[in-house]
Amino acid sequence: MKATLVLDNGICFEGTAFGCEKSTVGEVVFCTSMTGYTESLTDATYAGQILVLTYPLIGNYGVPSHEVKEEGLEKFFESEKIQVRGLIVTDYSEEYSHWNAVETLDAWMKREEIPGITGIDTRALTKVLRENGVMGGKIVIEENETLLQFEDYENVNYVETVSCKQVVRYNEGASKKVVLIDCGTKFSLIRSLIDRNAEVIRVPFDYDFSSIDYDALVISNGPGNPILCTKTIENIRKAMMTNKPILGVGLGNQLLGLAANAKVEKLKFGHRGANQPSRLDGWNSCYITNQNVGYTITKDSLPADWNVMFVNMNDDTIDGICHKTNPWRGVQFNPEAFSRGYKKNNLVDDFLNLIK
Amino acid sequence: MKKTFKKVLLLGSGALKIGEAGEFDYSGSQALKALREEGISTVLINPNIATVQTSEGVADKIYFLPVTPFFVEKVIEKERPDGILLSFGGQTALNCGVQLYESKVLEKYNVQVLGTPVQAIIDTEDRELFNRKLEEIDVKIIKSEAVETIEDARAAAERLGYPVIIRAAYALGGLGSGFCDNEEELNKLTEKAFSFSPQVLVEKSLKGWKEIEYEVVRDAYDNCITVCNMENFDPLGIHTGESVVVAPTQTLTASECNKLRELAIRIVRHVGIVGECNVQFAFDTESEDYRVIEVNARLSRSSALASKATGFPLAFVAAKIGLGYGLFDLKNSVTKITSAFFEPAIDYVVCKIPRWDLGKFRGVEREIGSSMKSVGEVMSIGRTFEEVIQKGLRMIGQGMHGFVENKELVIEDIDKALREPTDKRIFVISKAMRAGYTIDQIHELTKIDRWFLQKLMNIMNTSKELHNCKGVENLSSDLLYKAKIQGFTDFQISRAIGLEEACGTDSGLNIVRDYRKSLGILPVVKQIDTLAGEYPAQTNYLYLTYAGKQHDIDYVDDKKSIIVLGSGAYRIGSSVEFDWCGVQALNTIRKEGYRSIMINYNPETVSTDYDMCDRLYFDELTFERVMDIVELESPHGVIVSTGGQIPNNLALRLDKENVNILGTSAKSIDNAEDRDKFSAMLDRIGVDQPRWSALTSMEDIDAFIEEVGFPVLVRPSYVLSGAAMNVCSNKEELHRFLQLAANVSKKHPVVVSQFIERAKEVEMDAVAQNGEIIAYAISEHIEYAGVHSGDATIQFPPQRLYVETVRRIKRITKQIAKELSISGPFNIQFLARENDIKVIECNLRASRSFPFVSKVLKLNLIELATKIMLGLPVEKPEKDLFDLDCVGIKASQFSFNRLQNADPVLGVDMASTGEVGCIGDDTSCAVLKAMLSVGYRIPEKGILLSTGDARQKADMLEAARMLTQKGYKLYATGGTSKFLEENGIENTRVYWPSEEGTPRALELLQSKEIDMVVNIPKNLTQRELTNGYKIRRAAVDLNIPLLTNVRLASSFINAFCTMGLDDIQIKSWKEY
Repeated sequence: MKATLVLDNGICFEGTAFGCEKSTVGEVVFCTSMTGYTESLTDATYAGQILVLTYPLIGNYGVPSHEVKEEGLEKFFESEKIQVRGLIVTDYSEEYSHWNAVETLDAWMKREEIPGITGIDTRALTKVLRENGVMGGKIVIEENETLLQFEDYENVNYVETVSCKQVVRYNEGASKKVVLIDCGTKFSLIRSLIDRNAEVIRVPFDYDFSSIDYDALVISNGPGNPILCTKTIENIRKAMMTNKPILGVGLGNQLLGLAANAKVEKLKFGHRGANQPSRLDGWNSCYITNQNVGYTITKDSLPADWNVMFVNMNDDTIDGICHKTNPWRGVQFNPEAFSRGYKKNNLVDDFLNLIK
Repeated sequence: MKKTFKKVLLLGSGALKIGEAGEFDYSGSQALKALREEGISTVLINPNIATVQTSEGVADKIYFLPVTPFFVEKVIEKERPDGILLSFGGQTALNCGVQLYESKVLEKYNVQVLGTPVQAIIDTEDRELFNRKLEEIDVKIIKSEAVETIEDARAAAERLGYPVIIRAAYALGGLGSGFCDNEEELNKLTEKAFSFSPQVLVEKSLKGWKEIEYEVVRDAYDNCITVCNMENFDPLGIHTGESVVVAPTQTLTASECNKLRELAIRIVRHVGIVGECNVQFAFDTESEDYRVIEVNARLSRSSALASKATGFPLAFVAAKIGLGYGLFDLKNSVTKITSAFFEPAIDYVVCKIPRWDLGKFRGVEREIGSSMKSVGEVMSIGRTFEEVIQKGLRMIGQGMHGFVENKELVIEDIDKALREPTDKRIFVISKAMRAGYTIDQIHELTKIDRWFLQKLMNIMNTSKELHNCKGVENLSSDLLYKAKIQGFTDFQISRAIGLEEACGTDSGLNIVRDYRKSLGILPVVKQIDTLAGEYPAQTNYLYLTYAGKQHDIDYVDDKKSIIVLGSGAYRIGSSVEFDWCGVQALNTIRKEGYRSIMINYNPETVSTDYDMCDRLYFDELTFERVMDIVELESPHGVIVSTGGQIPNNLALRLDKENVNILGTSAKSIDNAEDRDKFSAMLDRIGVDQPRWSALTSMEDIDAFIEEVGFPVLVRPSYVLSGAAMNVCSNKEELHRFLQLAANVSKKHPVVVSQFIERAKEVEMDAVAQNGEIIAYAISEHIEYAGVHSGDATIQFPPQRLYVETVRRIKRITKQIAKELSISGPFNIQFLARENDIKVIECNLRASRSFPFVSKVLKLNLIELATKIMLGLPVEKPEKDLFDLDCVGIKASQFSFNRLQNADPVLGVDMASTGEVGCIGDDTSCAVLKAMLSVGYRIPEKGILLSTGDARQKADMLEAARMLTQKGYKLYATGGTSKFLEENGIENTRVYWPSEEGTPRALELLQSKEIDMVVNIPKNLTQRELTNGYKIRRAAVDLNIPLLTNVRLASSFINAFCTMGLDDIQIKSWKEY
């Protein structure tokens, strides 16, 4: 069946529908990672968005089982369900081959009612987004649902839709207790804390956790405009009174910045991919990072008691901040994948070591 | 941390050979560019004169000398560089560098190794050190256990887990080795293995595992990136150089990729690489288990492929890192604004396919496996796997049109052919699919991942759909579009829908083409930008695809661009020399103010470096694709004469479509290419040629030979097996050859030519303008005619031609140039006996020897030819080849050691894989340098002679005398021994394999009593062939220098008997 992606600026891309044959609407963004569609699709950071994959061959290794769980978290995914509104690819692979796959991408998307289009010139589409910035778009199946309205992405609080509804504890009884503000957290972030033997107390984005006994605070990644998370910012400010270590990741980094009275701004086309180069500011150490962010902390808006920690080597934006005296840090990227190498500490280790 | 160097020495890789080919011209050229940018003076040692890196302006000083410790030390002594680069010239340069380090030469002259420290290189090269090193960081390696009893073998297998491989230790050629799936098989095999050797190695078998490679870059600040990962289509067990390879990986999940990436970086850090490194993994198909296969601490074939696949210039960056730069100091050379510290994001798929030429060798095994036999490779780019595999299969240039619609392959046992892969493997898969095999069946037999097979099946299914349509009337737009996205050419479609049969090749194709265009189904041009569209590219590294809707670039119709057609895959007969020609043409075009455009698809070349031209189309050289590009570019014209035979063959068809062929007209090209037309022309202008005739029956053949007499050169048009051409000296030989090897019929005529014995072969390389010769170079073969010109040793300027011969050759050349009104480069081959001159062949394009003669003459013939083709005025250069006070020798490199069982004998079909060109003050000096450069060594002990028939024995007499005078011990087989004795030359008679008696030739070879073999095949009798073959093959397998031609043997012997190594003057190119 024919399907069309209609962009807010009127440009249309026609292809063939796969997954669920229904129309949808969302902010159209592109990601340049060459693998990892199962992880990307379930990353809540993509809530409200239609994802364009620049790598053309998608579906090759199928979809693994949802039954494999560790600590109650699905092993192969970043959340319980597909979070994107829709998926745009060049060449969807109808058949797959992988030892841990149990179904096709198509079958999974059908079950979760997520539409996809294949046969799109994703490179041409990516260039439109690069030049004009990310924008709203609709996936229209046949021509039956043109009535869908574009959403005003910046003014919708998507965090509210993806955050957990109540407090969940993992690895209970461990010596280090970490509160994780769930703005749409990836399972891998929770896992990285559990793996280092921390108890994780996952709280809703607007939860007042000040009464909880904890050692450190992590503010998770998540979707949308950070300015809308006023309650979260308040709670972070409260936490800052205690001087406990804080780590912000992705949206969490932006929220930390806002809590510190810095400003944030929307990136023209975001940083979404596994190859974002980041430099430890003032040093010769550089890191290939995995990012999925649409906003960044505005340069020069950082208060005097904060330092820029990481700089994006492609566009010179702020990739990370740290407080000059307190153990508070924020990074735009996945801190787990950021590694100094074998048996050397990565950011998560460093962070947990800050706990006194 | 950055150090300042004044002068840096770079070691090249020498002649192209199997396993070490054009990729190192590319790596070296990039490194030299990186150094020169810094104002560092560069010195290059590389005897490969046909390369781009040994051209004017690439390095400051160039030495055409062997890359061996002896010569490199001499150059260091003379040049006193303060730095040396070892990792840009393959294993040759690396080994040489390690030896110089271990012998403390580098220390003595205070030469610093740039980049990866030598100790790190040694750690990766020495298996034991390497294993220990990786165990320190918990990285898994392929372990083997040495055992001395069957019980221990069983225990070891238990520990390692079945399946295991059993190998007899110290046994050459895999004697007594094999796979065991269980204890029963193990018992049987181990018993056998112990009969060969007291020690047996038990190793875990990873047969069927995936093979994955990572290219890693690390700077001196410990910043690491993985530039590209690649997946082998063929599972483990087939050498990565023999496998189809795709980039990026297709069947690995993100978690698997992350795991291997982390391991690769962990290894590179621990070993201490500074620069570029390749890590190869075996990867389980049922879990995330892995083993490290090997690490190459240098630029490699894979790194050249990764550079071309991603647009990330690995060699350039590695050289900068060697100078002390951090990755963060460098810019991405495609976007020019983002950092070089990044990992390329690919938004297309790349496929590498090896090119074999096994048909050129007598006796060679067709099976592919753990050792490399391919002589070249191609890379295809597209946006679906189906598209790239079909493109790639066409690019290898062996008459295939893609995965389907090829000439029917005859296979007796498909199961066996699937199980035991040969160079035809992928076509066997096609055949099997056509025959109804399921993906699972093929997977079971080949262990190729199902995903690849599913994609191939898509192609097969589309082919079947097409076969159901008869004619374009029944071909729907959707199906046509799908076929194009899956890489079908108009030709394949025309064949599938029956148009080829109904209206012929050309018009069938044109009907499909017109129909397709009327439907608006056209390819789009995409850019390779390293960042998947995230940032704009400043370079024009392009490919065409049907899986897209929009061009990445804009076209202007200003007729200010020139398209140069490249030379395609390296193969026997067409190699780096045409890359040099192409690059020279591009340089000239740019210099003259036109935009230069290259079309080529060989990842081992410099011409496919996006810096070399204004637009690089990394795409096919088929008529269809060239027309697609011509129609988009509407260039001023197209150059077809600098890329060897592939572009030359396109001339006529492009001309028919009114494409402006620059230089010599397509009609003239056809008049030279078409045997009948050319022959008639020679008759018309009164130029002699060996008599020949195309014949269709044995009777006609016999009648023709009756007239011209034996020997004759026989060239069948349809070859059943073995070499395509042969010289036959008598009726028996002729009939045996034609019955065994070829098919004679109306449909398959055989061309029989008079073969002139003991004739000199002379090459004329020239450039003409409107039929008038502007510049020329005459060179002379050392061997008599009968050795293919690509295998012959060539001296320039000629040293032993009569003045009258030269005069006549010039006169004939003038006549031909005028008659064909040549404008551009051309080559004529002559036979000369006494002053009787005959023309053998004429090519209206640059020839293999153009770079050689251009460099010895110091006159760039291609630059001159290109100017002429651009219609610019040129003057006759004042240089005359007879004024040269030096001699150039071009010698051939053979790769017989890689080709198990192939008979290392030279003949009328070409067998060499590469060449060198060395310059000396006299012939001996140049011969010695050239022969040492292609791997010969000056013998120290004994020489085995068996010198052919009476005349050849006489020809060798003088050389044999010199050897005894020089104190060598001579060994000779029966006839030769007697002949030498009669002539008063002391020798020891040795016995052939088929004779009784001692000493036996083979035993003397094995015990290394003999360190050079001269074996001249007498004739083609069975006995002679087997005896001689065994000696020749043993020499190759035992790495003993072998000479099979009297004239070349005499030259070489004369050279090393009259001068020693220390007499060789160390002079750079400029000093001649």
